[in-house]
Amino acid sequence: MTALVVQDLRKSFGGVEAAKGITFTVAESELLALIGPNGAGKSTCFNMLNGQLKPDSGSIKLFGQEIVGKRPREVWRMGVGRTFQITATFGSMTVIENVQMALLSHHRRLRAMIPFAGDLYRDEAWELLELVGMADQAGRACGTLAYGDLKRLELAIALANQPRVLLMDEPTAGMAPRERVQLMQLTADIVRARGVSVLFTEHDMDVVFTHADRVMVLNRGELIAQGSPQEVRNNSDVQSIYLGSGALYGAEPAMEASA
Amino acid sequence: MDFLFVQFLNGLASASSLFLVASGLSIIFGVTRIVNFAHGAFYMLGAYIAYTLTQHLTGVVGFWTALLLAALIVAALGALIEMTLLRRIYDAPELFQLLATFGLTLMVEDLVVMIWGPMELLGPRAPGLEGAVPVFGQLFPAYDFVLIALGPVVLGGLWLLFKKTRWGVLVRAATQDRTMVSALGVNQSWLFTSVFALGIFLAALGGAVQIPREAVHHMMDLQIIVEVFVVVVIGGLGNVFGAFLAAVIISELNAFGILLFPKISLVLVFLVMAVVLVVRPHGLLGKAESDSRPAIGTAIEPFRRFGTRGRNAMVAVLLGLALVPLFAGNYLMSVGTELLIFALFAASLHLMMGVGGMVSFGHAAYFGLGAYGAGLLVKYLGAPMEAALVAGPVLAVAGAILFGWFCVRLSGVYLAMLTLAFAQIVWSIMFQWYDVTGGDNGILGIWPSRWASDPMVFYYVTLALCAACIYAIRRIVFSPFGYAVRGCRDSVMRAESIGIDRQRIQWLAFTLAGTFAGIAGTLYAYLKGSVFPDVVGIPTSVDGLVMVLLGGLQTVGGPIVGAAAYKALSIWMTSQIDFWKLVLGALIVVLVIAFPEGIAGFWQRRVSPLFRRSETEEEAIP
Repeated sequence: MTALVVQDLRKSFGGVEAAKGITFTVAESELLALIGPNGAGKSTCFNMLNGQLKPDSGSIKLFGQEIVGKRPREVWRMGVGRTFQITATFGSMTVIENVQMALLSHHRRLRAMIPFAGDLYRDEAWELLELVGMADQAGRACGTLAYGDLKRLELAIALANQPRVLLMDEPTAGMAPRERVQLMQLTADIVRARGVSVLFTEHDMDVVFTHADRVMVLNRGELIAQGSPQEVRNNSDVQSIYLGSGALYGAEPAMEASA
Repeated sequence: MDFLFVQFLNGLASASSLFLVASGLSIIFGVTRIVNFAHGAFYMLGAYIAYTLTQHLTGVVGFWTALLLAALIVAALGALIEMTLLRRIYDAPELFQLLATFGLTLMVEDLVVMIWGPMELLGPRAPGLEGAVPVFGQLFPAYDFVLIALGPVVLGGLWLLFKKTRWGVLVRAATQDRTMVSALGVNQSWLFTSVFALGIFLAALGGAVQIPREAVHHMMDLQIIVEVFVVVVIGGLGNVFGAFLAAVIISELNAFGILLFPKISLVLVFLVMAVVLVVRPHGLLGKAESDSRPAIGTAIEPFRRFGTRGRNAMVAVLLGLALVPLFAGNYLMSVGTELLIFALFAASLHLMMGVGGMVSFGHAAYFGLGAYGAGLLVKYLGAPMEAALVAGPVLAVAGAILFGWFCVRLSGVYLAMLTLAFAQIVWSIMFQWYDVTGGDNGILGIWPSRWASDPMVFYYVTLALCAACIYAIRRIVFSPFGYAVRGCRDSVMRAESIGIDRQRIQWLAFTLAGTFAGIAGTLYAYLKGSVFPDVVGIPTSVDGLVMVLLGGLQTVGGPIVGAAAYKALSIWMTSQIDFWKLVLGALIVVLVIAFPEGIAGFWQRRVSPLFRRSETEEEAIP
């Protein structure tokens, strides 16, 4: 079954059309990359998918249910998790408390005033942190984390809700090359194990071509190509518009699938 | 009709002075992001110095020179204060700057009395403009025509300054993006100092030109600062045209409000402000803040639950408090009761401000509503203390639910100003609705039931209630709900994206904070045996702010320490020192500079780690 069906999504800001009728689908357990140059409309597209922006027209269906018109928190409750391009976490809480917060919301315990929040869902939070390799930092204040660790924490937070679809906006931006591959490998493993679909944007082509099942290319608000990484790489439109001369990502991939 | 027109001119004349002061505040805020509470104090200084100078400089030239010179002197003083004081705390959270400038205000209030005495001073009339001009058969002071012209002239001057000079371009650039401007190699310190001096010059000039119109007195500062807050908020912070527009609107509202709705004239202004803020959250001509500073408390350490030691310490403190009546006399016991009440008040404010990130300039509203709730129950129903203690806070709860609904739609400085507006609405109702509340005669005869009339018994009643409430607040802070509230403060985006309904959570937190403040207010009414409009006044709200900030936002216990320290200090000083405001103000300024993290924060960061070494980490990870 398809997880997400996006049809003819349009959005303009003043005179700028950031999305000119975007249509695509995300299959279950699929890792789908959305790439495109700066200003192509990737973030706009993401913001519409999780309810932060209301599209001018079009529809987004999550397992048959309409998302358009819902607020971010309602979209989250429907099972769409999100990590941000610029990380957003609760800076005054510890790492594990950040995950516990998401779990409290997931279990609808937000208005409980009697129990101690720190005692609730601690084991569950601990497991999630272990999953993303952050367990050793569970007690640290979130504001003191390195950027790459914040990204991994965000992944744990998103997973706390047992999402069916995960939106990851530049999950590896600002990370060292080795970290990037590790994080995406981790994501891919988790996603396949749990049957989650992932849509992610990314500027690092190594990451994209190594991990994505499918790639979509967005340019000036329009999808100009989609298909397997191989097809997209060889698409001449993509090469000219997005990859320039194409010299860097020629027929012979420059993928050393980093050790 | 003629009369109305003259009233309209009257409004315009008042608008000019208000605009001068407000534009100064607005410009300072735009560039330095400091909400300068001392702005009213500089306005007052301008008036006093102008008064003195006009005693020596006479004649047409002398008079106007005196006004200008007064403004320049105050501006130089402002620049000096900026360089020695404010420059040290630009990086601190905005509330600390507010606190520091509030300290300055207290100092200036006393200095003014020391130098010029407590009496009202009547300035000279402007030479050559003493008379009145007939307008449609009504007499209108000639001087006021000059004032009417002054506003637009200054507005035009500011416009030229900002549009046509290099300095003006830099100021506009800094208003939009400070970091970028400094990255371009502009000397920030100099820019800030000059902007601050200009802002203060405008405030002082606004005060100086008022001397032919109204008597100079040492309470002008609070009066104007509230109106100025209203003006900049309605006009949009950082926008000079907005300040002009709003100054005219407010002054005309004042001029006609008195005629049309004498009963609610005071409420009218604040009602308009509330409506504007809800419809246009950033003021009529304001824009959303571009570089919204991290909300208070985001950069701080996680709150810590008590370890065994902490719990033992708390039990010891509680026992100590319970033993107080054994050695304290009646006076000391009533002081102790008051401290307990204010500890609860401060803790309730901290719940909203420190935990919830919603800064309140008007927390006195709920304290006062709790006090009046009890007062009205006694006055009209003859309710006994037991019933009033339960039902009194209900009025505060209702107020918090109503006002909170509006407030949580905003954030940051605007939210703070809206809380101020609501507090002033409550104050106006208590002050003006004479038939019901007794106006400034207050409500008397709110005495405890016979069994609790002994100061010792009442002390224990207060101790039990306050301790229970503070414990409840603490439990809430560490409960899932408390975490959700804190989450909304830390990152709205993250909170919304994990399914937290920010507005609802904040509304509930607002209401809870109001409820606890209301309980404190009810107790206060019984302690004093009476209620007056002062309990809702700005000084009460500011006292709360000072307590919380002094104690430190970073800790849950801080505000309680702050409340005890500040209240004890101010009770002691008011009884011992003539110029206690001067000392208290100076103390606040020094404390802000020395301990920007507050007393308890300082303790937690510097002192407590020395002890904690020995204690094993209780929060061990499984």
